[in-house]
Amino acid sequence: MTLPSWKFTAKEIVKKPELFTSGHRACAGCGPAIALRQIMKATRGPTIVTNATGCMEVVSTIYPYTAWKVPWIHTAFENVAANASGIEAALKAMKRKEMYKGTIDVIAFAGDGGTFDIGIQALSGAAERGHDFLYVLYDNEAYMNTGIQRSGGTPHGASTTTSPAGKVIPGKTQFKKPIADIMVAHEIPYVATASIAYWQDVLMKARKGLEVEGPAFLHVFAPCPRGWRYDTSKTVEIARLAVETCVFPLWEAVNGNYSLSPQSKIAALKPDRKKPVIDYLKMQRRFRHLFNPSFEHERIVIQERIDKRWGKLLKKCDMA
Amino acid sequence: MTTVQQQETLALNGDEAVALAAKQSDVDVVAAYPITPQTIIVERFSEYVADGEVETEFVCTESEHSALTACLAASATGVRTFTATASAGLALMHEILYVTSGCRAPVVMAITNRALSAPINIHCDHSDSMAERDSSWIQLYVENSQEAYDTIIQAFRIAEHTKVLLPIMVCLDAFFLSHTLENVKTLPDKKVKDFVGTRQIPLVMGHEGKKVPFKLDPKNPITIGPLALQDYYFEHKRQQEEAMRNASGIISEINDLYSQLSGRKYGNGLTDPYFLEDADIATICVGSTAGTTKYVVDNLRSRGIKAGLLRLRTLRPLPTSDIVSALASTKAVAVMDRSHSFGGYGGPLFHEIRHVLYDTQPHPHVVNYIYGLGGRDMPQNDIQDIYIDLQKIQQNNAVENYVNFVRVRE
Amino acid sequence: MSERKKGWKEIPVGGVCWKPATEYSTGDWRTFKPVHDSEKCTKCLLCPIICPDASINWNTATQDIEFNYNFCKGCGICANECPANAIEMVREGEA
Repeated sequence: MTLPSWKFTAKEIVKKPELFTSGHRACAGCGPAIALRQIMKATRGPTIVTNATGCMEVVSTIYPYTAWKVPWIHTAFENVAANASGIEAALKAMKRKEMYKGTIDVIAFAGDGGTFDIGIQALSGAAERGHDFLYVLYDNEAYMNTGIQRSGGTPHGASTTTSPAGKVIPGKTQFKKPIADIMVAHEIPYVATASIAYWQDVLMKARKGLEVEGPAFLHVFAPCPRGWRYDTSKTVEIARLAVETCVFPLWEAVNGNYSLSPQSKIAALKPDRKKPVIDYLKMQRRFRHLFNPSFEHERIVIQERIDKRWGKLLKKCDMA
Repeated sequence: MTTVQQQETLALNGDEAVALAAKQSDVDVVAAYPITPQTIIVERFSEYVADGEVETEFVCTESEHSALTACLAASATGVRTFTATASAGLALMHEILYVTSGCRAPVVMAITNRALSAPINIHCDHSDSMAERDSSWIQLYVENSQEAYDTIIQAFRIAEHTKVLLPIMVCLDAFFLSHTLENVKTLPDKKVKDFVGTRQIPLVMGHEGKKVPFKLDPKNPITIGPLALQDYYFEHKRQQEEAMRNASGIISEINDLYSQLSGRKYGNGLTDPYFLEDADIATICVGSTAGTTKYVVDNLRSRGIKAGLLRLRTLRPLPTSDIVSALASTKAVAVMDRSHSFGGYGGPLFHEIRHVLYDTQPHPHVVNYIYGLGGRDMPQNDIQDIYIDLQKIQQNNAVENYVNFVRVRE
Repeated sequence: MSERKKGWKEIPVGGVCWKPATEYSTGDWRTFKPVHDSEKCTKCLLCPIICPDASINWNTATQDIEFNYNFCKGCGICANECPANAIEMVREGEA
């Protein structure tokens, strides 16, 4: 990949018009809303957006209002990648007939439910076909729009309304699906993870995803105060802590070549700077039960799994 | 007056006729998934793309759900779209059928009517499309491959008409039509392209306080597919009903215009009556069974029996007044259903026709024959037996069995 | 908020939205209100970028941060993240 010809400075970004505007009805402190705002600041020109059913779709287009200043379409939950495929195909056909000039970018937004679970078939198909679009997964780790049900993106130990922490079961018993690695396995040109705590990194990666020819997948970590049960002011802090604890490391894979992003390189180069997962868990009441003596072991299990995944990632990045 | 266009006769099966019509209609995006009886449509279309005969963007999706979604999204972007499916594929599209009509995307889709599983069966019946009557798609049923060809061409003009803007299913019987060679008269490419024209995009009031083209256009951004709650959802649905009502007139109008070009006309586009002016007894059906029935009616007529046939070409919108007037002289009619509504009172067509006749006085006896499920043949003798039953009903002025299953073993 | 609702003959076709969300105020959701101290503020511009509601603006004329209380839901992310501690959350009605 050539060196980027763009740079994102705060001064430049605050001047850029809002394409995802105020007046949307996301909860106070919504992480995904931050993700969408940031990504829409990374666009390079005419852009069409499609949204899967989910929090961001619902809160941004409560009829007759819309928070979108770009052409936008929602059709269903499991098919946002097929929407993007259709839009991109239409644009190609129109270009062939010289109905427009230049480039029109296509961005698909979906939550974790719409990506890890019900939307993975359409996503996989679109990736295999090689449509030129950026798929953004805003991951708040459960079906928040419908009332905090567990998804394939929910982490181990989290209590949700369908994986409640009970007397014998400590919340979700399975581990989070490594969705970004699954997308790398599709051999698409660009896959990256990002956290809303590092806005420049989010913008850079979104822009890279738009610039590459073919499918790009951006997995954005976006905490949810309502579902994770923490004070609304802590959204960005938790998003940062997830990176610092290597719960959610930041990396990108350009044409399948993994590299750690600067924020995660710190933990790789100076392992003593890698914070313990417990720091992250204790800030969120979805993990509260893990601090009962009966479930104490789960915290060890979680730390071990995080370390194992981190070790695997370091190997992929040639940093082991 | 225009003169009828000279045409080339080709030996085509129904699928090939459909693919050719779609090709000639200058479709921008075709997104499809193969499923047995319609596979040839997609295969032929892929060949046109591979040979550079069309400018179409062909998207071979991983499922029918995505195929229709891609067509819907492409249509919303402002281009002409086409897909084809059948049976399980249509059932998988079910969710997106409603979204497509709700977003007012004029997608044209060929359905090669086929039974639904289980047991799995690839052959003809109408269970698939009959289950989608309420999805706000226009439904046209064709009798033969010629009509399949003609109707696909007409369908783009109907669906994209700015007073309609509804998606269309053009339904043809699997195998009986899809895989059977027939002589099909075909129009020159240019004539079809001119007839269909370019897609017209109406203006719509957007959120920036001005009227803008109803499509995803970065120059004039609009929001399609929002969340509409108790305060507005119902109004959107009422709009769809109005579009359906508008469609009746447009279907007839295009049927007329097309006949000027091709010399072929299918009734008034909505119903296709056969010897009904003075008929005492009649059957009512959709699809290829009409062809066999016409042969039976001819025989009965030659024996002085006043038999007739009402072929319903358009099921949605339902041509209620045409049905009433077409059956005005009848004393007993049999509704032929190639699908069934289990636990209901007969099949879906029976529900429709009987319901339409309720307010007419006097109305004929209306009975139902469920036939041909899973592709079972419906030969002329069986159809003739139904007319004999109707004669008895007429003579006795009484009905023994309202709902009958044709040739099913006990 | 009791304006007359439009009928089916009046609304645009296909569920197209006809009002910008910026005409919908979310400011009354707020319990706590961010109060900005211009003296302490280093103008790093982090807060306008991380605000979920785009309710913090950079005023080029005054060269200062401005809160749009019409939309601010009072989440407190700006106050939590401000590296200069220049934003304080104050209970509504108390400041």
